[in-house]
Amino acid sequence: MAQTLAQKLVARAAGREQVTPGEIVTCKVDLAMVHDSSGPRRLQPRLERLGAKVWDPSKVVVITDHYLPAYDDESRKIIQIARDWVKEAGVSAFYDAQGICHVVLPERGHLRPGMFAVGGDSHSPTGGAFATYMFGIGATEMLGVMVTGEIWLKVPHTIAMDFDGGLSPGVSAKDVMLFLIGRFGMDGGQYQAVEYRGPAIRALSMQERMTLCNMTAELGGQTGLIASDEVTLRYLGKGEIWDGDAGAPLLAHHKFDAGQLAPQVAAPHSPANTRAVGEFHERLDLAYIGACTGAKLDDLRMAASVLKGRKSKIKLLVAPASLRDQQAAEKEGTLGILLDAGAELLANSCGMCAGYGENLLPDAAVAISTTARNFKGRMGSASAQVYLASPYTVAASAIAGRIADPRELLA
Amino acid sequence: MKAWVFGDNVDTDAIAPGRYMKSGIEEIASHCLETVNPEFSKQVKAGDVVVGGRNFGTGSSREQAPEALKHLGVAVLIAESFAGLFYRNAINLGLPAVACAQAKRIRQGDLLQVDFQEGWILDLTTAEKLACESIPGFLMSIIRDGGLLPHLEKRLARTA
Repeated sequence: MAQTLAQKLVARAAGREQVTPGEIVTCKVDLAMVHDSSGPRRLQPRLERLGAKVWDPSKVVVITDHYLPAYDDESRKIIQIARDWVKEAGVSAFYDAQGICHVVLPERGHLRPGMFAVGGDSHSPTGGAFATYMFGIGATEMLGVMVTGEIWLKVPHTIAMDFDGGLSPGVSAKDVMLFLIGRFGMDGGQYQAVEYRGPAIRALSMQERMTLCNMTAELGGQTGLIASDEVTLRYLGKGEIWDGDAGAPLLAHHKFDAGQLAPQVAAPHSPANTRAVGEFHERLDLAYIGACTGAKLDDLRMAASVLKGRKSKIKLLVAPASLRDQQAAEKEGTLGILLDAGAELLANSCGMCAGYGENLLPDAAVAISTTARNFKGRMGSASAQVYLASPYTVAASAIAGRIADPRELLA
Repeated sequence: MKAWVFGDNVDTDAIAPGRYMKSGIEEIASHCLETVNPEFSKQVKAGDVVVGGRNFGTGSSREQAPEALKHLGVAVLIAESFAGLFYRNAINLGLPAVACAQAKRIRQGDLLQVDFQEGWILDLTTAEKLACESIPGFLMSIIRDGGLLPHLEKRLARTA
């Protein structure tokens, strides 16, 4: 029987030849990633209560990104617990203040095609860009993984999102995801595996593919997957090709012409509240380029291509997703373009996206953001209005002081 | 059991707002769902039921979302459907979550009787019986133990 990529990945982790969608299996975990908020501060007291140790410290990665920069006693304490716990638990893969976990994890070579991984964060499907079966779990379930090295899974069906052709200039992976979430809703993924396919997907860089898989969380899938190919192997410098069998049964197969897609904007207060950019003209107070889904090196380059030689009319905040990406952006001049346009640089952390830290949206603020969620009150005041868009669109909107189509500036 | 009824796509930022995540569960619970219904956290009573529409609990992996509801005394969650990650978290914390296609027939304040093992809800206010999904056996054993942590405790004690 032909198997999808998701089935093949799950079967390997379950020690089986084949698996069938809907059956419950137990999988061995190859890698468990946690951050400071969901990780050590919640794991440590529970492991102590159980008198248990981490099943295999070499398979655990800890990354601090939520409570950075620490700004009060509570946040300092949370970060300190992470620093102490990695020593106590014998975890050597610890990245402290290096950037957002979903970006740092593959950047430091922890993901390979064929792996089965869990993350203590809902955007963990990002790992699927590397043909790793990866999904988010809560802290108690992570405790179960830390103690047993295993996790149960209902073998997912696969929903294929197939994009023919190629994306137009000024249109990016973020637009693809906002479009899909708008079209299918925040539960369109039905907690199954969503697989992105087709020539337009193959043409994307690894960081753009990460944006697709990342926002599978907002599409309601358990994981988002892309078969590995020469782009994957070039990024990793090694690895195998993992792909589904031709003709493997799918729950749904949606086909789109990528060239028809215009830049998309999601209005408050849902990522599913999406329409084409041309339908929006709202005045803005602030533009935010940040988060795992919107401030990687490729995202910063997109913003810079629009902002080059121009000035932002409104407050423009940039929080590069990782320290390495920031350094690369600085070296090649991308960061300089953003700063010349008037951008204010923030730390390489989750920051405003998750409503953590000191920078929060004030009452009645109207903002456009490259982040993943615009739920009411998430980024600050419940009266703030947040529009989601690509780095191109956020940059064009910053210049105009209102929501604007980036294609006019790129032409 | 009194029903507290909410709409579709109730997200984890509404249930457990990010800016209180550094605090203990008491503080988080006091802000639970305040942007949707400011009276909820003050008036909900032990044994009450939270009823959602489609995709209840969408968003973050933060288990403080179901933990806050449990802390407030909520005994059962009913929804037309749950976000998958939230559902796993609720069960792992020992809070039963029951998917019911007809959840929208339940109105605010209705009195309910729920059997999540057999899979039915009796609305005592309207005298209507609604079919719901039953919770699979291996997840029931986690709920019966009070959540995954005590469940693991038992399992480790057996192997010790």
